[in-house]
Amino acid sequence: MADENTQDIAHAEDQAPEAAVQEAAPDREAMTAEKPALSDEERLQGLEPDKLRKMMYDMLLARRFEEKVAEAYALGKIGGFCHLYIGQEAVAVGAIHAQTPDDYVMTAYREHVHALQCGVTPGAVMAELYGRADGCSKGKGGSMHMFDAEKNYLGGHGIVGGQIPLALGVAWKIKYRQEERVIQVYCGEAAVNQGAFHESLNMAALWKVPMILIVENNRFGMGTAWERASSLYDIYQKATAYAMPSAVADGMDVLDMYRVTKEAVDRARAGGGPTLIEARTYRFVGHSMSDPVSGVYRTKEDVEKEKGNDPIRIFADLLARQNILSQEELEQMDEEVKRVSEESADFAEKSPEPAVDELYTEIYATEDVNGRLYFDGRR
Amino acid sequence: MAVITYREALNQALAEEMERDPDVFLMGEEVGVYNGAYKVSKGLLEKFGEMRVVDTPITELGFAGLGVGAAMTGVRPVIEFMTWNFAILAFDQIFNSAAKMRSMSGGQFKMPITFRGPTGAALQLAAQHSQALESQVAHYPGVKVVVPGTPADAKGLLKAAIRDDDPVCVFEGEMLYNLKGEVPEDDDFIIPLGVADLKRQGSDVSIITHGKMIHVALQAAAQLEKNGIDAEVLDLRSLRPLDTDAILATVAKTNRVVLLEEGWAFGGITATIAALIQEEAFDHLDAPVLRVTQADVPMPYAKAMERAAKPSVEMVIQKVNQVLYR
Repeated sequence: MADENTQDIAHAEDQAPEAAVQEAAPDREAMTAEKPALSDEERLQGLEPDKLRKMMYDMLLARRFEEKVAEAYALGKIGGFCHLYIGQEAVAVGAIHAQTPDDYVMTAYREHVHALQCGVTPGAVMAELYGRADGCSKGKGGSMHMFDAEKNYLGGHGIVGGQIPLALGVAWKIKYRQEERVIQVYCGEAAVNQGAFHESLNMAALWKVPMILIVENNRFGMGTAWERASSLYDIYQKATAYAMPSAVADGMDVLDMYRVTKEAVDRARAGGGPTLIEARTYRFVGHSMSDPVSGVYRTKEDVEKEKGNDPIRIFADLLARQNILSQEELEQMDEEVKRVSEESADFAEKSPEPAVDELYTEIYATEDVNGRLYFDGRR
Repeated sequence: MAVITYREALNQALAEEMERDPDVFLMGEEVGVYNGAYKVSKGLLEKFGEMRVVDTPITELGFAGLGVGAAMTGVRPVIEFMTWNFAILAFDQIFNSAAKMRSMSGGQFKMPITFRGPTGAALQLAAQHSQALESQVAHYPGVKVVVPGTPADAKGLLKAAIRDDDPVCVFEGEMLYNLKGEVPEDDDFIIPLGVADLKRQGSDVSIITHGKMIHVALQAAAQLEKNGIDAEVLDLRSLRPLDTDAILATVAKTNRVVLLEEGWAFGGITATIAALIQEEAFDHLDAPVLRVTQADVPMPYAKAMERAAKPSVEMVIQKVNQVLYR
């Protein structure tokens, strides 16, 4: 793999920019070489049909919800940066199904689906995107900063890699208080080149804290292909520098995500410390709503080819083969999640704008003795 | 009251708060086995064990962020930076995470974390180890910033910081650790954040300052007294929140102001206070507000150059004479 990598980089440098785009996406089979060949039954891991149907529902909801988000964004209902998760649904859905609501989740800015998966209501997520008072951060966070303390959803964080030390701190707290919880923290593949990643991995492994770091490798840090940004292609191997267990998961396969994450969760709960999981996935959309799906750093053909590996289709086919969910039931489910997504938009639409008076609230927890906290004298 | 050093006062504050609340823990480089680079944490490892006095690798961003995440979920970390100079590596976590978590979550998360460590120039430590960085940190709404100048203030402010539910940054004077003073022994001795202290009453001119510089101001005031000038010294103690009432009161009293800070003039604390006085108390002024700050250069190593770059008693006296038109 290392040799291939070197050749790819050398090759890319010799090419005109158009050709470099062609070379940017390596073969998917090579990327998922570590995935074991399993039968349908083995892939299902004895999971209850209800749980499998719920995973299907969650992925479908994620997809339809975000399609609704894209529509609302195009209509100007949603402002700012807006990073969609379309194509990556299997990652958060599979991984979060592998832990309990008492465990924590923290992520970066591509976070709507993680919030939903933690049980933040679609209405509260959509209202946050609309910047409304009923949003999960009361309209102060927006797309990149959603939080729900009650759901143990510790939010979306906007600085690449900046959330990893925070999650280390949560894992430290779990150990400090001798709780039987774990935290899953997500970052994109580009974050692993940040110092924050390396500092955190070292301490997490040194102190054996229950942190599961899931690197969502969608192959592009904004518009820069991974192989143009990292000297090492296989992210999971970075954990070996810290004597930390690691694994590759097929991020287009919800059951593989579940399997790999469950193992890490079980190990962390048993006191076995942290795990790094590299989830190899692909985003079917641009980096954000302002980035075209293809053309600049990847070709239309690449994207179309990857869409052939749609995680929802892969899982639906398996459930149909195993008589767990028929095509008809899937269609009913799809109608249901479309309705929920529509309702979330209606809810957001009807939610009031936050009162401008709220500008100065919720910044400090405690007033000082003279009520003197803000310098500008406007309060 | 017992007379103890600034260092011992901080140590007492830490020990008392850790004794009082099992959620309080201390983390940083060399805080445990080594007893602290400046010995502030001396004896704490022995007393509280290694889960509560935690030696970290040299990774400021990493362990500062660890503290922020831990504070989000309910414990009360005290994060020691060996010096604030090294905290520059952790500013992303202080500015982007600690300062904003409560706001961007719509008030869902408290941030009961204390960041502390020495600040300012020592003796010939040169450019990277001689910086007073409190003005940079105080720039951010969402944090609180305190700068104790005496042993009693060090204890009272650090205890208040640890008990506070917001992120508080404590800037300790690197040259003050051996300074002795009377310190109350009461376990609940707290100095509220945001309250300035008149370190010297006077009627002719106000010298407004904080931290280590209060000693420069007091020495200047003592010399000025010999020339018949009665200077008031206001110690801000807290930069965020800022005791604007106390500032405006001393201006109204003396009508003449010299501002003094260890850091740079550009974008500094004194720049902010000068603007405040101009906006709120212009009619009280009998002379322009003048400032004494560090020279606008990285701190040089050579002794004479270093001395020339730092604010001095002589510079304060000169500016006082200027606002008095002497």
